[in-house]
Amino acid sequence: MLAQAEHQQQSAAGFKFDNVKRNQLLTGKGFKQSTATKTGTTIVGLIYKDGVVLGADTRATADTIVADKNCEKIHYLAPNMYCCGAGTAADTEFTTNMVSSQIALHSLNTGREARVATAMTMLKHHLFRHQGYIGAALVLGGYDITGPHLYSIAPHGSTDKLPFVTMGSGSLAAMSMFESRWRPNMSRDEAVELVKDAIEAGIFNDLGSGSNVDICILTQGNVEYVRGYSRPNERVEKEQSYRFPRGTTEFYVTKTTETATAMDTSA
Amino acid sequence: MSKLKPGEISMGTTIMAVEFDGGVVLGADSRTSSGPYIVNRVTDKLTMVNENIYCCRSGSAADTQAVADIVRYQLDQYTAQHGEPPTVKVAASLFQEICYQNRSQLMAGIIIAGWDKREGGSVYDIPLGGSLHREPFSLGGSGSTYVYGYCDKTFRRGMSKEECIEFVKNTVSLAMTRDGSSGGVVRLAVITKDGVERHIIPGNQLPEQYTG
Repeated sequence: MLAQAEHQQQSAAGFKFDNVKRNQLLTGKGFKQSTATKTGTTIVGLIYKDGVVLGADTRATADTIVADKNCEKIHYLAPNMYCCGAGTAADTEFTTNMVSSQIALHSLNTGREARVATAMTMLKHHLFRHQGYIGAALVLGGYDITGPHLYSIAPHGSTDKLPFVTMGSGSLAAMSMFESRWRPNMSRDEAVELVKDAIEAGIFNDLGSGSNVDICILTQGNVEYVRGYSRPNERVEKEQSYRFPRGTTEFYVTKTTETATAMDTSA
Repeated sequence: MSKLKPGEISMGTTIMAVEFDGGVVLGADSRTSSGPYIVNRVTDKLTMVNENIYCCRSGSAADTQAVADIVRYQLDQYTAQHGEPPTVKVAASLFQEICYQNRSQLMAGIIIAGWDKREGGSVYDIPLGGSLHREPFSLGGSGSTYVYGYCDKTFRRGMSKEECIEFVKNTVSLAMTRDGSSGGVVRLAVITKDGVERHIIPGNQLPEQYTG
C-alpha cells in the first residue's frame, strides 16, 4: 500500500521544487549542475503567395557537445499545422505533443479542421501558465479556412504575428537574410530558396546551429515535409586510409596447436 | 513589484491616450525588444478589448497579452449578458482587478481608452502597482519620461479631434527619437461613437524635429 502511494506520488505530472533550496546552496559552493539538452537552433518561417514555409537546422547540443547531428525540429501539430521548436529540446517536444493531442480532440469535437490561432492560443496559455520555466521558443505555421498564418511564440508566452519570423540562437543570422531579401507575394520557389539560405546563414555563422536544412511547405490542403532539403555538411571520403597494410608487424615464429578434433555426426 | 525575468520579451515602450469631446486618440510606437535585439519592429501595442474600447500595453509582452486576453473575454461575456457594450470604466475596473491582485507577479503598465454612451470619450491609466486613474490624457512606457514636459506645455483642454491626433503624433515621435527602447512606426487609433479609425505613420514620414 505504501509502495503504491509512493508510486502514485512519483508519477504525478508537473514540476517539483523540493530541491531548489539545496541546489542554490550547492551552486553557491561552486557545484556545477548538469544541463538539459538544448537545441541551440536556427528556426524560421515565411509567408508566401499561397502558403507558409517553415525551416530548421538539425543540430542539438548539450553544452559544447553536439548531442545529435541530425535531429528533427519541425514538429507535427495537426494535418494543416507544423511547429518549429528552439530552446530546451524536451520542452519543445512535450509541449507540441500535448497541444497536438488537444487539437486532435478539439477537431473531433467540433467536426472541423482546427485553426492556427487556436493552436497559438493553446501554446501561449500553456507557456504563460509556467512563467517561462518551460523553455520552448516556437515558430508556428499553418494553413486553415482563413488562409496562411505564421506566429512566433516566446517561452514566457508572448506571441507575434508577422509575415516572416526567426527564432533560436541563429535567429539574428537568419533575420539578416529575411530583412534583405523578403518581399510580399513571393513565389513558392523563391520562398523555399530564401528559407534555405536563412537556415544556412544560421548553420554557417552560429555555433549553436549546424548540419542540415529541414523544410516544411504548407499550402491549402497540402503539406510537403522535406527532411534534409539541403545537406551542406556531408562527410567526404577520407584522403588517406588509416588501415595498416598486411605484413606491417614482423613475426619470426609460427606455431599451430590443435585444440579439438572433428567429430563424426553423420551417423 | 516584479522585475523582468531574464530573457523575457519586453515592450520598452512609448504609449499615450488623449480625451477629446466625443472620443479618444490612442498612440504607440511599434518596438518590441529582448535585451538589445528588436524582436518585432511593427508591433501593434494598441489592442482591442471591446467594440469601442482599446488598451495601450507596456511592460512585459507576455503579461500584457495575457491580461488583455482575459479582459477581452470578460467584456465579451458582459456584452452577451447585458445586451449592450460595457463602459470604458467597467473595462478599466476589470483591468485594475487583475493588475492589482497579481501585482507581485506582473510587469504591466496599461492605458485604457475608448468611447461609451454614458461618458463619451475617456482615458484611464493603470501604472505598475495596480492603481487606477482617470485623466484627460495619459502617458506610459519608458519613452514617456522624455516627453512629460512637452505634453504639460502643449496640452490644452477642449482640443479638437484633429488637434489631438497631431498632439499624439508629435509626442510619440519625440519620445521615439530620445528613447532607445522605443521606435519603428507610430500607430494611432481614433475612437468615437462612429467606431474606430486606425492610422500608421511610417518612420520616414514622422513630424519634423531636431535630430542632431
